[in-house]
Formats: sequence, structure tokens, C-alpha cells
Amino acid sequence: VTWVVVAAVGAVTIAFKASGPVLLGRRALPPRAAGVVEALAPAMLAALVVTQTVGGDGDLVFDERVLGVAAGGVAIVARAPLVVVIAVAAAAAAVARLL
Amino acid sequence: VREGARITAGLRAAVPLALSPVLFGAAFGVLALDAGMGPVAAIAMSATTFAGSAQFAAASILEDGGGAAAAIAAALLLNARYIPFSLAVAPVFPGRRRRRLLEAQLIVDESWALAGRSGTFEYGILVGAGLVFYVLWVAGTGLGTAVGDLFDAEAIGLDAAFPALFLAVLAPYLRVRRALAAAVVAGGIAFALLPVAPPGVPIVAASVAALLGLRR
Repeated sequence: VTWVVVAAVGAVTIAFKASGPVLLGRRALPPRAAGVVEALAPAMLAALVVTQTVGGDGDLVFDERVLGVAAGGVAIVARAPLVVVIAVAAAAAAVARLL
Repeated sequence: VREGARITAGLRAAVPLALSPVLFGAAFGVLALDAGMGPVAAIAMSATTFAGSAQFAAASILEDGGGAAAAIAAALLLNARYIPFSLAVAPVFPGRRRRRLLEAQLIVDESWALAGRSGTFEYGILVGAGLVFYVLWVAGTGLGTAVGDLFDAEAIGLDAAFPALFLAVLAPYLRVRRALAAAVVAGGIAFALLPVAPPGVPIVAASVAALLGLRR
């Protein structure tokens, strides 16, 4: 059973990850489609922010992550470098958990 | 030479996040053993699937006795997001088809996000950061199966570091009205579906928001 899961998940995930670079390659898309692909990046990033901030066990979970991300957001607005944003978010969540 | 320099920049960009694949990789190794997977299978899964959330989902379903079909379905739903990720970053991959297939395996949430941090995707960052995460993820899994959990990633706030990273990378896109609209709609779809849809579905469904990019 274990190896069936490892092989099936591995093979299909490899295909998922390769789909763009292998099927699409460097071909220039028609402009309408190019606009959609361009919009994928912000759309997917926003979805990741939401699911990783309040996602959990099939429900919305509001915990210390929200505080951490909010603190990270303040650092972003203050134009802090990426490393600082990450550190501030982690520290805020960690401190909130201690309290 | 320029490509090499960009890859070095990618390696460097991954450093602040380097602790997490080790810790979460070790956590996966521990969970995999609990699920009866065995160390070789656990490491093989990290080396081929290389996607944290799907691996955790599959292993915990096996641990709960949920069966292979349920484990595979849950993992693949979670990983379906890599189709839109892969399409978005496709044009930056150089070389022949086989090389693109191999290098595309370095796409993972964090390397993909870092690669887009300047507002356009950079091949060197994706490959450099992806390599770091890949090596540490597989090594962390091996460590976990050998010595157990290293320490609690949540206690040091790592679970808040990731969404903050994604938010930081998203921020520069939001100056363009069309991208802002796509982000708001996608975030709304994900939020609305989180309580009702199976894990993985909210992100995949949110990709519909990219249709706002259709040009007339």
C-alpha cells in the first residue's frame, strides 16, 4: 500500500509540476491567454496567503498565525527587506504563543 | 555566467527560510514512520513528490487507516495547484524538453514565490532556491526517520513565516489594478471555500480569478 501511494502521488505530482515548462515551453501565448497566465501569479499568491493564514482541518482557524501575518504586513508596508518580514512574522506568532 | 550568478542569488534568497524544510522534513519523517511507511518510502516520497502539505496529508490518512485511494486523492488535490503555478512560470525555463521537465521539479511554493519576488519570474532564483529546499527537504526527512522530531516548528512561529513570505511577494503585484482584482477575488474564493471544500480545492478553485486577466 505504501509504495502504491508513493509511486502514484510522485508520478502525478511530477507531471503537474512539469506541465507548464514541458507543454507550454517558451512559446508565446496569444495575448488573451497571456493575460490570464500573468494574473495567475497574484491570484495564486493571494490564495496561498489566505489558506496558510486561516486554513486548518477543513475549517477557518484564527490563531497566532493571523497576528504573525499582520505583523509581517506592517513590515511590508514599512518597506522592510524580505528576511525582516519573515523574521517579524515568525517572532510575532512565537511571542503570541508564549503569552 | 549570468545564469550562474542568478542561481547563486537564488541560493542566497533561500537561506532565511532554510530552517523550515529541515524541521518540517523531519516532522514528515516522523509521521511517515508512525503511518508504517518505512524510512526508504518516506525519503523516496520526499524525493519524488517534494511538496509538504500533500505528503503530510497522505501520511496522516495512511496513519488513520484511511486507505491508499483516499491518501492518493487527498495528496493530488493538494498538489493540483502546481498546474497553475507551473503554467505561470513556464516561459522562463531554458533548454530542451527533458531539462525543463527535470528543473520544473524544483517548483515548490516557496521557490516559486521567491522567483516571482521582483514581479516577473526569474529562472535563477527558482532553480537556486528550489535546489536548497529540495536537498534540505530530503535530508530533513532522512533525519526525522533516523532521530525523530528536531524541535517544534510552530513554537518558533514558522507557520506564520510562510503566509508572510507569500504576502511580501504578492505586495508589488497589487500596484497593477488587474492583478489587484485577481488577488482580491482569488483570496475571497479561497476564504469562502475553506470551511466547506476538501483541502486543496480552495487554492485550485481560486485560480479561476486569473480569468480577470483576459484581455479584450
